Amino acid sequence: MYEGVVQNLIDELGMLPGVGPKSAQRIAFHLLAADPADVKRLAHALLEVKEKVRFCRVCGNVAAEEECRICRDARRDDHVICVVEESKDVVAIEKTREFRGRYHVLGGAISPIDGIGPDDLRIRELMTRLADGRVTELIIATDPNLEGEATATYLARLVKPMGLKVTRLASGLPVGGDLEYADEVTLGRAFEGRRLLDV
Amino acid sequence: MHVAHLSLADFRSYESVELDLEPGVTAFVGPNGQGKTNLVEALGYVATLSSHRVAGDAPLVRHGATRAIIRAAVVKDDRRALVELEINPGRANRARLNRSPVPRPRDVLGLLRTVLFAPEDLALVKGDPSERRRFLDDLLVARAPRFAGVRADYDRVLKQRGALLRTAALARRGRGGPRRAESEAAFAAAGAGDVLSTLEVWDAQLARYGAELLGARLELVEALRPLAAEAYAALAPGSGAATLSYRSTLSTGGDTESDVSAGGGVSTGLSTESRSLGITPAVTDRDALAERLRARLLEVRQAELERGVTLVGPHRDELFLGLGDLPARGYASHGESWSFALALRLAAYELLRAEGTDPVLILDDVFAELDTQRRRRLAEIVAPAEQVLITAAVPEDVPAELSGARFDVSEGSVTRVA
Ligand SMILES: Nc1ncnc2c1ncn2[C@@H]1O[C@H](COP(=O)(O)OP(=O)(O)O)[C@@H](O)[C@H]1O
Ligand SMILES: [Mg+2]
Ligand SMILES: [Zn+2]
Repeated sequence: MYEGVVQNLIDELGMLPGVGPKSAQRIAFHLLAADPADVKRLAHALLEVKEKVRFCRVCGNVAAEEECRICRDARRDDHVICVVEESKDVVAIEKTREFRGRYHVLGGAISPIDGIGPDDLRIRELMTRLADGRVTELIIATDPNLEGEATATYLARLVKPMGLKVTRLASGLPVGGDLEYADEVTLGRAFEGRRLLDV
Repeated sequence: MHVAHLSLADFRSYESVELDLEPGVTAFVGPNGQGKTNLVEALGYVATLSSHRVAGDAPLVRHGATRAIIRAAVVKDDRRALVELEINPGRANRARLNRSPVPRPRDVLGLLRTVLFAPEDLALVKGDPSERRRFLDDLLVARAPRFAGVRADYDRVLKQRGALLRTAALARRGRGGPRRAESEAAFAAAGAGDVLSTLEVWDAQLARYGAELLGARLELVEALRPLAAEAYAALAPGSGAATLSYRSTLSTGGDTESDVSAGGGVSTGLSTESRSLGITPAVTDRDALAERLRARLLEVRQAELERGVTLVGPHRDELFLGLGDLPARGYASHGESWSFALALRLAAYELLRAEGTDPVLILDDVFAELDTQRRRRLAEIVAPAEQVLITAAVPEDVPAELSGARFDVSEGSVTRVA
């Protein structure tokens, strides 16, 4: 245990994903020794991201304004929505340049162990977007793992009465992993070869 | 195949040890508690990524150390592969193959195949059904390493589904119970409405992975059955016949833990009933099994929602062992139980061997437990294997049929003496 403020910093850092107690300590001491201007810039960046970045009210993607860049882009196809778990998946898919439709970010996947059910995801918002019948295809691009599959099946069943085309990215994605870890070529191919989800 | 080199760092009692090994028989001899089993346990770990003695990894790391390293050079068809495992209790283990890291330790499964006989095997016959399920599943993974993934997925589905059922069970108990308001609130917080709507999704997942596991087990039991019967007859001639049958929670209408006789469609056994049913391709067809699993889940849904556990699926099935007309468990004598356990391991060995590569045979302290006759028979059966590793407290416990190299193991040092 260190003096109050130092330990506070270590505790706060330790709460970040992927940062264990040892790394937290290392980062803390790095910051203690760093140039005050550098640390100020970091602190500023942290505050700014919280103040300025919010979630798009349409799709849930990170946005600098009310709506994200993609939702504001009039050239994108309104008939297709690609459903992903996280904003980082939007970035991964955008890199492939395979997809010109809109997105919907769920904010996770169904996982009872973590207490996450459909009501904790942005599913109601998705249903609202689908209500007017403009969307004709829903591409479900949740992660290729158990929770992502379960979420895909759940969504497919939910929207089935609406009669739109529901597809899932083709296999070939590394099973059990995160969408973001798939390389651009593989992900692009998975898009092209998407299959109808039959439930 | 055979192991040409074993190197341990901070594994069990060993701070560091390097062993050159050869094909043929090698015996590790020394008084109890000197570290003989620790050596062969390490090889078993390379083959299965788990110990035959303990459930968790923590006891495998030398007291006071933070991680253990096992390196094994495995020779198969004149090609040498170096497998390295770093065991980090509480954190992810890491693996390297020929000095390159692999994404997951699981990726080195299949490089070394072992069949390990140990005093703990008695639990195969006398222990809980989970021991026999593990025997089957370990063997599935040894035959086709991709089953490690199926097994992990199935376990994860069970966990997810279990969490969901517990939420539901909690809510039910809340209703009408004295602490109603509280549980009701907890239920609402956990998203009560979601429970039933998502249960079906997890049913589908359970059925999918469960069917794969179940189908593979059924085929495996079918393949093992004659081999185990034969091995048992060789070890214990003159006593009743050893039979195996798979009893699935799929095949009853009643309570899932009650006796699921061989009459059910997916049971396989030597009884005339199931014999006549046989294992037809239709019975192990994965889609058909998945359908039946889903149907069974619907049947037991009420009970599941009350108890908060998944009641149907391969995790509740049983590999039934029979001796003559009686169950082995609870009826067989100590000696018969031992013979049966050995017969199961021998059957596994024969099965793996039939697929083309001789697995490495490991006999940990087993001869001391056997009478002269069974000792000789076991020795005759295993002698031709490409590599046999034996541990024994005294040289006399190594049967004469199994002469070969010898290491003395004493206080953590391993010395070649012959
Ligand atoms: N994690 C560990 N750290 C240090 N010593 C250990 C560890 N695990 C087991 N041992 C020691 O190893 C010895 C048992 O070795 P083992 O190989 O089972 O003996 P045997 O020669 O009878 O087969 C015991 O003395 C035990 O204390
Ligand atoms: Mg021992
Ligand atoms: Zn948006």
